[in-house]
Amino acid sequence: MIFSFDLLINAIVSGILIGAFYAAVTAGVSLSFGILDIVNIAHPAFIILGSYIAYIVSVSLGLDPIITSILVMPAFYALGAGIYQIYYVSFEKRGQESLRGLAFFFGLLFITEVSLVLYFGVDYRYVEAPYIGPTWHIGYVDIPMRLLVPCLVSLLLIAVLQLVLTRTFIGRAIMAVAQDQFALQLMAVDPIRIKRIAFGISIATASLAGAFLIIIQPVEPSVGRQYIGRVFAICVLGGMGSLPGTLIAALLIGVFESLTSTFYGPSWAPAVSFGFLLLALAVRPAGLLGR
Amino acid sequence: MRSPLFFLICLIVGGAVFAAAVALGNDYYFFAGYVVLQYVVLSTAWNILGGYCGYVNFGSAAFFALGAYSTVALHRLYPLPIPAMLIADGVVSGVVGFGMGYLTLRLRGAFFAIATLALAVVLETLIVNWEYVGGSRGAYIVRPESIGPFGNYIEYLFLIMMLLAVAAITAARVIERSRLGFGFATIRDDELAAEASGVPTLRLKLIATTISGALMGMAGAPFPYYIGYLQPSSAFSLDYAVNSIAMPLIGGTTSWVGPLIGAILLGSLQQLATVTISSAVNLLIVGLLLVGFVIVAPNGIIGLVHKYLQRKPDDFVGRRHVDAEAPNRVPGPAP
Repeated sequence: MIFSFDLLINAIVSGILIGAFYAAVTAGVSLSFGILDIVNIAHPAFIILGSYIAYIVSVSLGLDPIITSILVMPAFYALGAGIYQIYYVSFEKRGQESLRGLAFFFGLLFITEVSLVLYFGVDYRYVEAPYIGPTWHIGYVDIPMRLLVPCLVSLLLIAVLQLVLTRTFIGRAIMAVAQDQFALQLMAVDPIRIKRIAFGISIATASLAGAFLIIIQPVEPSVGRQYIGRVFAICVLGGMGSLPGTLIAALLIGVFESLTSTFYGPSWAPAVSFGFLLLALAVRPAGLLGR
Repeated sequence: MRSPLFFLICLIVGGAVFAAAVALGNDYYFFAGYVVLQYVVLSTAWNILGGYCGYVNFGSAAFFALGAYSTVALHRLYPLPIPAMLIADGVVSGVVGFGMGYLTLRLRGAFFAIATLALAVVLETLIVNWEYVGGSRGAYIVRPESIGPFGNYIEYLFLIMMLLAVAAITAARVIERSRLGFGFATIRDDELAAEASGVPTLRLKLIATTISGALMGMAGAPFPYYIGYLQPSSAFSLDYAVNSIAMPLIGGTTSWVGPLIGAILLGSLQQLATVTISSAVNLLIVGLLLVGFVIVAPNGIIGLVHKYLQRKPDDFVGRRHVDAEAPNRVPGPAP
């Protein structure tokens, strides 16, 4: 009995740590899908791209993956802004985002993934960092540093994003563009520019999430697929576009996945988030903290 | 053209292709042709929901695998002839498509798309953990050396797939020209307006998901016999999902011709690329073509042809495809 209690606590703790990482992975989708209504299913592919950049820099220059990812954020921002521009001109302006816009992102997902496969092969890659090996033991609870560091930085990322969204002009404009684009125009703000900025930020978070991913687990190009459903499950469950909701949902799914893989075996874990997603869609599509 | 006549012409064309393949006398043509035909069925099925109603299904691989695994399960239970399996698998996939649609189609379109992604993973998890159909190790299906009048089993499989493709295309064409098809088109163009003018949108969408799901499942039904060794990762391969989206979009989504052209072109191209370059490169090609086409030629090859001919799309395409949504999406005050 003591043994299983021990196991339970450990499963919950690692679920919370992983959950915070899921929140960082989902933050970008909460911005793009939740607020802007852009169904960017290629987001996980950009996360993998971030992982590979962190990997290259770490192998060639020996730089810490998290620092690398913060340094390349501007490049990801520019990539995101560019993609939004294409998306806007080709789909949103013509009112075709529902079918062709989705297909566009699906294509991007494939191009990114296959390019990575062609360039790096399908071998698993991993990085070295001082905090990847050690584990803290508190009583009978194990806290692996490689989960703790991404967890803390993720929480920081969510906090910063939430502050930007609620306290700055740009942030408030981003929230406003989701509600009434036309009203924003009347206030002399260009909604397209605001959306471009928001989408840029959304892709910029993928860089950081990518660094976390490669710290937590070895990465190969198709790992991103496992995250597509999970990310959208968290986004929908949390309530579209609500960052606190996203964090709560991410922690929930992290803990449930961890419990499932501890007590029923890891092969059942992927079904958890999807089960949640289907349940959320069927029962409460507005999510936990939906607007 | 009347539908029975159309069906007959399709049958004759199919028969001619089959005869040509027999005359070539190389089994490779059957193996390659089977895959192309399979894509014809998948993309036609996808298009019934995606092209006619405007609802994107990312879970084609899930329905395909559902069909394939139903065959494995049935084969273990009692090895029925393939046509019987085809019908059973179609029923299973159709029911799953219906349930899926019932859960998500009352929401906005994007949710349906995401839920279909989720369905693929849930089903894969179930299959991986289901030992009866082989679990993660996969299942062997020993196909007979030959059957009936056919010299080789692959010829039989090819013929079945050909018949299925003919049936799928005829069904798509019939739907397109019926009341049902016009209902689907109203959903695609403006669902709210359709609902307001009394079109039973939910019922129509459910019909579309059911037909589309059933056809996809039937496309997967003979697959275990084709491949011999079925693994979850090969049945749920994302190739099916991306191809069944890319083919109709590249061909043109508003009529049955589009998916057919897309599947034949892209399918043959991939067979060629797989043999000559590598299978990773051919996926890259599909991805690039998909993105290029949706940006540059939103109405696909059919749209390009019409633009080239400088005439209004007439009954060749069935209905005129108008970007009816465009004016509504411009931000502006409510009228």
